[in-house]
Amino acid sequence: MSGAPITEADLHAWLDGQLGAERAQEIEGYLAERPEEAARLATYRRQTRELRALFDPVLDEPLPARLRAAARPAGRFGAAWRAAAAVALLVGGVAAGWLLRGSVEARGLGAPFASSGGAAAGDRNSLARRAAVAYAVYSPDQRRAVEVGAEHEDQLVAWLTKRMGAPMKAPHLQALGYGLEGGRLLPGGQGPVAQFMYRDAGGARLTLYVSNEPAAAGRHGAGPSARVRSAPEVPAAFQFSREGTVNVLTWAEGSFAYAVASDAGRDELARVSTEVYRQLGPAR
Amino acid sequence: MTTRARIGAAADEHGERLLVWLPRLRRYARALVGRREDADDLVQDTLERAWSREDRWQAVADMRAWLFSIMHNLHVDGARRARLPLVELDESAAELPAPPPAEPLAVRDLQAALERLPVEQKEVLLLVALEDMSYADAARALGIPIGTVMSRLARGRERLRALMDGRSEPARLKVVKG
Repeated sequence: MSGAPITEADLHAWLDGQLGAERAQEIEGYLAERPEEAARLATYRRQTRELRALFDPVLDEPLPARLRAAARPAGRFGAAWRAAAAVALLVGGVAAGWLLRGSVEARGLGAPFASSGGAAAGDRNSLARRAAVAYAVYSPDQRRAVEVGAEHEDQLVAWLTKRMGAPMKAPHLQALGYGLEGGRLLPGGQGPVAQFMYRDAGGARLTLYVSNEPAAAGRHGAGPSARVRSAPEVPAAFQFSREGTVNVLTWAEGSFAYAVASDAGRDELARVSTEVYRQLGPAR
Repeated sequence: MTTRARIGAAADEHGERLLVWLPRLRRYARALVGRREDADDLVQDTLERAWSREDRWQAVADMRAWLFSIMHNLHVDGARRARLPLVELDESAAELPAPPPAEPLAVRDLQAALERLPVEQKEVLLLVALEDMSYADAARALGIPIGTVMSRLARGRERLRALMDGRSEPARLKVVKG
């Protein structure tokens, strides 16, 4: 025997097979003379076995799609399709901008916001319109679509939180095929507004527009859980509108108003909004 | 174009590197966090953080320790920060049916006991028990000295034993020198 004192740490290292053969033998000799200690270590060994029995089945579970997507570069902005996406975006973006321009003029957005009155419906419309304009302005921009990129998500969130004066978080939409590209701060009706930009594998962009001017999205009687229960797919308070070629879904939650804008179809917007709602919804 | 192809291939390879660890990250997260949705959220955050640091992958010698250290940091941050209320909500959770009481009683006890361990003991215990990590790897993943790994492991195991025995306080351990 080497005679080195046997410590609690040695016993655990022996249990975990982290000792050399010689030292392990010393421990075994030590335990042979101390049945109580041996029993205690046997209990620890059983713990390990039971933990494995309890959690190893997770290894065999099918992987959720959202995690699969998050692990794969395909769910992110791989380089392979970038050139094609750039062309598509440029064309699509210009078209969207042009068509939206018509709609904006028709609705008199060129006039100051004073025209939006203050009625809930008017406010809600102006929220949708502002979100659509912001989408149309920034989403076609290849180089400067965002102010702060997703690679600095922590800074982005901290910054927006500070400027908005309320906790901000970028929802994770990988599971739906959208990677976060980044975000920016914009002027809203009365103060700052946050815009998060997402992109799917085909290069199509989608924005989440967050305002903490609650009047902007109108008022809703039903509580959030009641809403979800009444319509699990799409909370009843989601309001769809179309601004030129840009589709917008708006809703209000707590002191926030949200608008998801994209030129994707209504169903796609509902899918995304439901997930955003799920992640950000009733907070306080 | 060739550069692009190269970047694409590297990204694919990286994706495979992450995918390999996915089941084990999930197993550990489930044991650490408990609820499946929360655990998968933690895994997803981990993957996203890993991707956001893709430029460092070349320098990562031990992918497993690196990924688990990311998860550890996210978990500790999330637990310490009074969690932005926005992260918390899981509307569907309230309506999910309770899991069927299929597991034997003893197993449920183990899970309940595990939840009552201090997080720093639980982390070490789980990395060693589930991942079969060496103390050195666990120390690297958790960013603590190896001696701390060993003392937390000893305390965690003893506490778990006490909890399973229905004792509220663990038996006193012999003083460990060094």
